[in-house]
Amino acid sequence: MDLVNIFIKGVFIDNMIFAYFLGMCSYLAVSKTVTTANGLGLAVIFVLGITVPVNYVLENLVLKAGALAWLGDNFINVDLNVLSLIMFIAVVSAMVQLVEMIIEKFSPALYNSLGIFLPLIAVNCAILGGALFMQERQYSTIIEATSFALGSGVGWYLAIVAIAAIREKIRYSNVPAPLRGLGITYIITGLMGIAFMCFMGINI
Amino acid sequence: MKSFFTKQHQKLIADPMGDQNPITIQVLGICSALAITTQLENALVMTLAVVFVMTSASSIISILRNHIPNRIRIIVQLLVVASLVALVDQILMAFLPDASEQLSVFIGLIITNCIIMGRLEAFAMGNKLWDSFLDALGNAFGYGWILVAVAFVRELFGSGKLLGYDVPGFSYLYDLGYMNNNLMILPPMALVVVGLIIWIQRSRNKDLIEEN
Repeated sequence: MDLVNIFIKGVFIDNMIFAYFLGMCSYLAVSKTVTTANGLGLAVIFVLGITVPVNYVLENLVLKAGALAWLGDNFINVDLNVLSLIMFIAVVSAMVQLVEMIIEKFSPALYNSLGIFLPLIAVNCAILGGALFMQERQYSTIIEATSFALGSGVGWYLAIVAIAAIREKIRYSNVPAPLRGLGITYIITGLMGIAFMCFMGINI
Repeated sequence: MKSFFTKQHQKLIADPMGDQNPITIQVLGICSALAITTQLENALVMTLAVVFVMTSASSIISILRNHIPNRIRIIVQLLVVASLVALVDQILMAFLPDASEQLSVFIGLIITNCIIMGRLEAFAMGNKLWDSFLDALGNAFGYGWILVAVAFVRELFGSGKLLGYDVPGFSYLYDLGYMNNNLMILPPMALVVVGLIIWIQRSRNKDLIEEN
């Protein structure tokens, strides 16, 4: 498969938010203004771009059935797939800790505005979901896996910035009181999801 | 001896079902709630899995709370949850292979279900075993009933079935020209259904209404 195809598929057709609902929690909670949404979106692209390749290496050299064959003939039958969830989440949380330290050092303003949600990237389903989809879809090279990760990240970024922009504008509209805030955001996301579904079934 | 089940304990269970609901108010644990609600059966399996993982994780973390160094608490919590989820995953694969197939990555994603981490962080790290257990139970069921409600609506209107069985009255409706609404099966409708639940809930309790 072509790298560009995988990328575009990740952005539009298999969009993390609209097709799989991954990373909804931070998507709903941090999308009040475009600036913070922008920061979180970039952080997610970055973290996905790092963790998926690392997990890919881990999956193919350690976890997959027969992946330990490089250690010698005794290990050909070893299947450590049971451990994959635990290993993936450990890699993700270590990487998130790293990103957190880097952002704190170089951009305190961004660090303050992201607040509690930076550590929560560790439990952002989009990140672990990226690793699990990578495992399920069996990409043949590490470059393909990275391309998929970046595509998903960019798709997530687009989604959160779009909803943040809409929410900034909707403040001027007369939404029924009980729907204000969370309720209308859900419904708008649903409508955006329907719009994104026009990409479904496209084979590139 | 202190009472085993006081008013306060009742509140711990009742609040997350209603005014402190994880999905509609606290904005936690939404991903899985939306993705697997096309069928009632999946929603029930998912609810049971979350109830099990959440109550065990909360109890374990609550027992260990005084021994976990503050700096690495997130990783400790994740590891406890991840081990429990791996257990559930293996059990489902062995005994309910169909459900396991359909839920695919979403069982693994229970680890990152923010309800669990959120409650561990906000409650179990600072409270006694019994309290934490009840809080986890309340939140897991608060999550569960939304899941079941959404799945009920989607399966009923989307495929005209409940738990995979035909609904009795529907055959007459089909004769009259009624058709299943395939839109309900598609992912975006889950969001709209939850949006409507929020609408109903907040119009009944005006205190929950947000500023904008």
